[in-house]
Amino acid sequence: LNFSPQQPAPDLILTPEAKVTNHNNFYEFGTGKTDPAQNSQGLKTEPWTLTVEGEVEKPGTVDVWKLMHDIGLEERIYRMRCVEAWSMVIPWVGFELGKFLARFQPTSRAKFVAFQTLYDPEQMPGQRNRYIGGGVDYPYVEGLRMDEAMHPLTILSVGLYGKTLPPQNGAPIRLVVPWKYGFKGIKSIVKIKLVEKMPPTSWNKLAPNEYGFYANVNPNVDHPRWSQASERFIGPGGVFAVKRQPTLPFNGYGEEVASLYKNMDLRKFY
Amino acid sequence: MAAISKNAVAGLLQIGVHIGALLPLLWLFYAINAGRLGGDPVVELIHYLGMGTIRLLLLTLLVSPLAKSLRFGQLNRLRRPLGLWCFVWASLHFSAWLALDLGLDWSLIGEELVKRTYILLGFTCWLILLALAITSIPALLRKMGKNWKKLHGLLYVAVLLACWHFWWSVKSGWIEPAIYLVVALLLLLWRKNSVIRWMKSFGRSH
Repeated sequence: LNFSPQQPAPDLILTPEAKVTNHNNFYEFGTGKTDPAQNSQGLKTEPWTLTVEGEVEKPGTVDVWKLMHDIGLEERIYRMRCVEAWSMVIPWVGFELGKFLARFQPTSRAKFVAFQTLYDPEQMPGQRNRYIGGGVDYPYVEGLRMDEAMHPLTILSVGLYGKTLPPQNGAPIRLVVPWKYGFKGIKSIVKIKLVEKMPPTSWNKLAPNEYGFYANVNPNVDHPRWSQASERFIGPGGVFAVKRQPTLPFNGYGEEVASLYKNMDLRKFY
Repeated sequence: MAAISKNAVAGLLQIGVHIGALLPLLWLFYAINAGRLGGDPVVELIHYLGMGTIRLLLLTLLVSPLAKSLRFGQLNRLRRPLGLWCFVWASLHFSAWLALDLGLDWSLIGEELVKRTYILLGFTCWLILLALAITSIPALLRKMGKNWKKLHGLLYVAVLLACWHFWWSVKSGWIEPAIYLVVALLLLLWRKNSVIRWMKSFGRSH
């Protein structure tokens, strides 16, 4: 991939590539952490088209592989915090979602953005079988408020560690919203729809009292069954090198994004 | 003659229990050193030990009714080693969480015990197993008499707590924990007379 690289901030240690690509939640390929790496290698990611529709002046479908070459890619090194209380630091390659959406000219009625993963039970065993798929109602769907989607930190990623995404990380194109829990980062996206009303999201449908629409990383709002105050950082080293670290509000991106939520009760809108 | 061979079979099974409970731990020791536990090895380790504990608990619960229905009383000799191995696995599971996940940060441990209900369930289960392990010393068994049976009936509670702890600890996908819970309930149903007798024994003592 051609992209402009980024120097990691001095306080960030990258999670080794092998761990980023072998420790995944992609329930379409199984609920075990190594299942996606094992079961997704046959996923046909080429050709791949992405449709943008709904409240836009110019709806359209783009060839994702062509897009990768002409949109101008940049590296973004982000902290990633999973709702299960583990975290990584990942060098993504991608582009700002906001710049991409602007091409389709959102109308004034566009208040939310709805995303959808590929639905293909033949290629995705978890979509064929509830037991493998963890009980999620497929296709996987996610959503953002318009201002969240247009925020410069929000990217569509097409690569990591300088290479195109492996299937288990959401090839060929996925969402990365660094201040939200990882499950917001919907993988292998085929459709983006701009809408007026808050769209349904997969984990919220599965357990509404546990996973909200916003899912902002917040050490002060616990998951009903576990604390979110700290996290296990997955870095280099083995079992005895694992370090627990405090979780930061908005995953450390508060300066950039806290203003998006200034009059909101974050306990209610979790 | 038949009695002798049954004794021999029970003896062999006893050795089998020790080997069966120890080998996976040796594998785990190898896997830790060889970096075979994946990206988040601490959680992998904790889950492995937890699942092993639940399976051992279910196996322990299987012994008595099986001995009865097979008319193979010597099988009951397996209960003590199985029960003690449950305690060993549960203790390793618990210490891995304390030392490796929470890094022996005691204030955090206290907080998590209170905040995460499923951890409180698991902790209670471990306390029960601790009490059963201590009182499995033969001298104590004789000393405690009837109370020993009462105490050791808590295994029924421990099994259910373990399944419940498993159920609440998963992010989604209730099917696997449900299977373990159903197996536990079936095993309890199989020995329902003993369970009822145990529950009634508390009424009688007053």
